[in-house]
Amino acid sequence: MLTIANKQFESRLFTGTGKFANRELMTKAIATSGSQMATMALKRVDLNQLNDDILAPLIESGVHLLPNTSGAKNAKDAIFAAHLAREALSTSWLKLEIHPDPKYLMPDPIETLKAAEQLVKDGFIVLPYCHADPVLCKRLEEVGCAAVMPLGAPIGSNKGLVSRDFLEIIINQARVPVIIDAGIGAPSHAAFAMELGADAVLVNTAIAAARDPIQMALAFKLAVESGRMAYEAGLATQVHHAIASSPLTAFLDQ
Amino acid sequence: MSFLERFKQLDWDDIALSIRSKTASDVERALHKEKRDLEDFKALISPAAEPYIEQLAQLSYSLTRQRFGNTLSFYIPLYLSNLCANACTYCGFSMENRIKRRTLSLHEVERELAVIKQMQFDNVLLVTGEHETKVGMNYFRQILPLIKRQVSYVAMEVQPLQQAHYAELKSLGLDAVMVYQETYHPSTYALHHLRGNKMDFNFRLETPDRLARAGIDKIGLGALIGLEDWRADCFYVAAHLDYLEKRYWKTRYSISFPRLRPCEGGLQPKSVMSDKQLVQLICAFRLLNSEVELSLSTRESAHFRDKLIPLGITSISAGSKTQPGGYAMQEAELEQFVISDERTAEQVAAAVKGQGFEVVWRDWHAAYSG
Repeated sequence: MLTIANKQFESRLFTGTGKFANRELMTKAIATSGSQMATMALKRVDLNQLNDDILAPLIESGVHLLPNTSGAKNAKDAIFAAHLAREALSTSWLKLEIHPDPKYLMPDPIETLKAAEQLVKDGFIVLPYCHADPVLCKRLEEVGCAAVMPLGAPIGSNKGLVSRDFLEIIINQARVPVIIDAGIGAPSHAAFAMELGADAVLVNTAIAAARDPIQMALAFKLAVESGRMAYEAGLATQVHHAIASSPLTAFLDQ
Repeated sequence: MSFLERFKQLDWDDIALSIRSKTASDVERALHKEKRDLEDFKALISPAAEPYIEQLAQLSYSLTRQRFGNTLSFYIPLYLSNLCANACTYCGFSMENRIKRRTLSLHEVERELAVIKQMQFDNVLLVTGEHETKVGMNYFRQILPLIKRQVSYVAMEVQPLQQAHYAELKSLGLDAVMVYQETYHPSTYALHHLRGNKMDFNFRLETPDRLARAGIDKIGLGALIGLEDWRADCFYVAAHLDYLEKRYWKTRYSISFPRLRPCEGGLQPKSVMSDKQLVQLICAFRLLNSEVELSLSTRESAHFRDKLIPLGITSISAGSKTQPGGYAMQEAELEQFVISDERTAEQVAAAVKGQGFEVVWRDWHAAYSG
């Protein structure tokens, strides 16, 4: 069971809510994925009315809401938006996203750390989207983030774990859950992330933009479960050559 | 440094010739690359690429879905004034046209907003003629805070302003500015802009630089297709985008594709662009740049817009009126151009949903403005 800030999750697959062809498809895909936490952009919902057509079906489905600050270009805007969201949605959970670069949507490490520090002080449960930068992840952990969400590849790129070597260091060092976010384009990528020891993955585009999002949601569910199971079972070591019969140390037995 | 310096290094005739001399193998090379440059763009808009239209469309479709998903953003223009101190050959607002002129009062703007909000819009494009004294900074200072109280994302299409003025308007809630060069051919530009401040080609050309320096979130570029050889003009748009993206990395960009339409004064296009060529152009922009927003107005017909939607477009207007007061009152004689898609916003939304796309009415929070 995965625990983030005292909340337990049976599913290690988190989902996004953007890019779906309609709301019904979105809710069905999330339900099929088994996901218990879905992130949604504050800028896409009307915080003044809970019957908003994105919010209402999510609230009804019972999935845990993880509002995100996508659209914020700096710490100040993200902090302000976070407070508005907490007031309107009565949740302290927040996916902190700050990308000043609208083309590649790269997270700003400096502004993210600044905002995270303040938001933790303000009582938020902060899950920051960040680069696969081991030092940054430690710094975010030190200021009190409840988890870290390093990227596998540029967001929406579906390229898989191009940051693999850095993710492995992050996973080894982390004392908070590591959720791999962005870039996961296929169930095999998700399974691989879980095999590496990630605590969870967050998937949006790969499900929402699939030809059949509901089937793809199921495929991801199975992949995440299977990847986790493999991690827990302990993968056998990979070798790229046959193991010779002790030619270098045989003399020790002579 | 501004785009003007880059612009001076470009030669119109060389570019037009180079586009026309692209071959099928140039097109195929461009199609098969993962990242494309301006030379590839030339090939993709060239006559040689016309037989490849289906391949362009397939690629454009999948790149657009990957980035923007199965969604389409909606916005609506709000015409504030048709006063204009320019004489432009193609525009219904031209000072030489004898039409009724009006500028909406604060109260009238409120009435327009009430109708717009009822239609669900939360992304509004404010449009005026260009009248520095009567519809200038003083008017914008009054009107922007009023509109921003009700609308999350506010764009403007007005006369080019100074950088400090853009910065001030940003602090009042301005998010985006559309500034179309009309044509990048200076002498053709001069032929169509006969009187007024808009005659200043260079000041207009440098407007996106001023906007980006003022920190405006999004800049809209485009050429009025038909004033000049559309291929060369659209290449300049692409070169302008390329320059801006590299220099101002925090700004978003969108491209529009207005084709000349009949209006009072009835100017005939010098270079006629067919529907197929418009599809080619839209797809070529998407293949050049997977992230740029591509926008389509109600100048195009309902039928054609519905067909274009999946191919690369990310944002459309709907239910538009092009005269000040058009939503709460109905006075067609004031309009800038005749719209071709006369469906209501609700009807357009239904058509979009029918094609398997979600309508995005809201994609911004005012907390991110200013």
